[in-house]
Amino acid sequence: MSSAGDAPADPPLVTVEVKANARRLAAVDAAAARLGLHPGLTLADAQARVPKIEAVEADAAADTALLAAIASWCERWTPFVAVSGPDGIVLDITGCAHLFGGEAALLSAMTERLVATGLTACGAVAGTARAALALARWRPGRVVLAGGEREAVAPLPVEALGLDAEAARSLSYLGLVRIGDIAGKPRAALAARFGSALVERLDELCGAASPPISPLNPLPVYVAERRFAEPMGDEATARAVLADLARDLTGVLERHGEGGRRFEAAFFRSDGAVRRVAAGTAAPLRDGARLAALFRERLEALADPLDPGFGYDVIRLSVTAAEPLTATQSGFDAEPDGAGLDQLVDILSARLGPRRVTCLAALDSHIPERAAVRVPAQKAWRSREARAHTSLAHDWAEPTAAGAPLARPPALFPAPEPVETLAEVPDGPPLRFRWRRVLHEVTRAEGPERIAPEWWTVLDGNRPGLTRDYFRVEDTEGRRFWLYREGTYGRETSAPRWFLHGLFP
Amino acid sequence: MHPEQAPREDLAALRRRIVEMERLSGPPDGPARPRLSLGGPLDEALGGGLARDALHEAFPAEKGNAAAVLGFALALAAGTRKPVLWVRQDMAALEGGDIYGPGCAAFGLDPSRLILVAAADAADTLGAAEEALGHGALGLVVAEPWGSPRLIDLTATRRLALRSERSGVPSLLLRPGADPGPSAAATRWRVAAAPSRVAGDVPAFCLGPPAFALEIERNRLGPPGRFTVEWNAHARRFAPAPRRALPAAPADRPVAPQPAGTSHVVGWRRTG
Repeated sequence: MSSAGDAPADPPLVTVEVKANARRLAAVDAAAARLGLHPGLTLADAQARVPKIEAVEADAAADTALLAAIASWCERWTPFVAVSGPDGIVLDITGCAHLFGGEAALLSAMTERLVATGLTACGAVAGTARAALALARWRPGRVVLAGGEREAVAPLPVEALGLDAEAARSLSYLGLVRIGDIAGKPRAALAARFGSALVERLDELCGAASPPISPLNPLPVYVAERRFAEPMGDEATARAVLADLARDLTGVLERHGEGGRRFEAAFFRSDGAVRRVAAGTAAPLRDGARLAALFRERLEALADPLDPGFGYDVIRLSVTAAEPLTATQSGFDAEPDGAGLDQLVDILSARLGPRRVTCLAALDSHIPERAAVRVPAQKAWRSREARAHTSLAHDWAEPTAAGAPLARPPALFPAPEPVETLAEVPDGPPLRFRWRRVLHEVTRAEGPERIAPEWWTVLDGNRPGLTRDYFRVEDTEGRRFWLYREGTYGRETSAPRWFLHGLFP
Repeated sequence: MHPEQAPREDLAALRRRIVEMERLSGPPDGPARPRLSLGGPLDEALGGGLARDALHEAFPAEKGNAAAVLGFALALAAGTRKPVLWVRQDMAALEGGDIYGPGCAAFGLDPSRLILVAAADAADTLGAAEEALGHGALGLVVAEPWGSPRLIDLTATRRLALRSERSGVPSLLLRPGADPGPSAAATRWRVAAAPSRVAGDVPAFCLGPPAFALEIERNRLGPPGRFTVEWNAHARRFAPAPRRALPAAPADRPVAPQPAGTSHVVGWRRTG
């Protein structure tokens, strides 16, 4: 498949890139090709041959984005879609073709749809990705049955191997211009003369080897989809269809004894745009109503809402991650404890984003700001029991004994705030300090609690930071603060700075 | 639909009906009304504790008491055994500091019971809190919007109050840095920090446990009142503060810098 540009305009259109120290044509449209222009020609030559051509700069990034969008759109045929090179898309249609009336029908339907959007597209079906790519380029429209690749690629030029120009030229010097010429030659000699790459490519072309292709999007575990004969543009119907699909998926998940952790809804618009919306859950989910509610929440929260345009022709709901889920017997009288919360966490995560719904986890560090971390509740809430098995295995401290002040403040500033302080030198507590332009007179102070930098976590070349002396202080109003002096006086610094790190109630 | 679901829904409906019948038949403020015990003097004044099926709101007594307001919410959270959901507007966290796990643990609130939700604006904050109040598995829902947006009015607070009433999950509207406006809350608290009152042989310059000057400014279910209390992190309850304020803390004049070597420096209680 290739996309050389939009519908041919009146003057021939070419794109230009700088290559080998010259401005050369990168791609030409049909009109320019008819006039004998071809990629690789310098722009000066091309203008000499055809004075009235329209030349625009090639935009590789835009090409890649367009190709990715086309590939994404192609997922309506099969979930396994990969991008190949600057202008190729590979679809693994194993087990999909019969849904569309066979391989030949699928190929022609696909090509027609792409051509209808104004692209130039050619395609082929073969047993291996490389054979299909080569046929699409040199013999478009071919459908090669399994085992027929060797015969089908025989008349193709050796360039179809995709080797560099040097190798292709030396092959043609030897009179080997067609794939068929090489295919019969002794392989050991070929490998010795041209390297093992040629033999590998030859095997892939002839269907003897099939290297793995990595799909654009992870393959879904389960899929439910609805196709519309006519593009469907009603938003309410789209949501109703999504709820139906959620119910369909529930049945499939139940049969396999699994629940989904991540879901993706894909809306394929008839004009080629695809909108994907993903949602995750805190625990394996196998409840159609809850799944539908989750996506309702997610669609509400979209920053740019769904735009049906001229209508959707496929709506698909897929499970992208699943986990085993056994049916649990709930008690007769007791409300199932965790279930409501999992659902709440899912809904809030879908509405506000998973990073905004968090739990606290303890880490093993003396540095106050590193002693706790926030983890998305969808990951952490369920795994609280399993925490002992993870690297986060660390318990929270016991509550402070009655009659004692808190050892750590419940409110901590992630970036300690500098304060102006009057304090005793060298290591006394602050006597008064100014924080956020308010002067506080210290009436009580406790400390210092010395916290040294963690030299063992410091990488080479970085300075380990300075020792901190923490003080708990109280001002005349009874407000309490956690202040620290950075650096020991005389040893680490001559002018220690003071910071406010937390607030005590 | 899941086969288990239908009977479960029936059960929930039955349970709701029973609760409804009990509420109608029992005395409005009788012992049947679920309470969140706060301890000592507060429980006496409130008739057994804070009403669970109601909205409560807390304001700072004056500017600069945001940390005390936060502490009051932590105390309420520590008083329940169930998970607590805390919705904070981002601005509140920027102004008052992030909620810090080790500090919560020291305060007596197990941080693993906390679900923290960060909301971008007041509308998200109230929306998330409303959503959470529908789930009976929670012990408390705290909503902490920032400032005084016009959004928080009688209607918005009424919605929260109704949701609390329906689910029996108490809700706390935390308003550090705001002035009270019309509200449907059952109680309104004014929270300030109180100076430490240490007793016994502890040196006078040492800090005591967290101390609050609480005022019930408005109370739909009882009389208002003022209390000076200390928080007991171990028992997870408020206790009356000791009467005797120590004379060593001169509140009316600045502390003069003292020469090194006096008792002020040698007597530090070591921490950590």
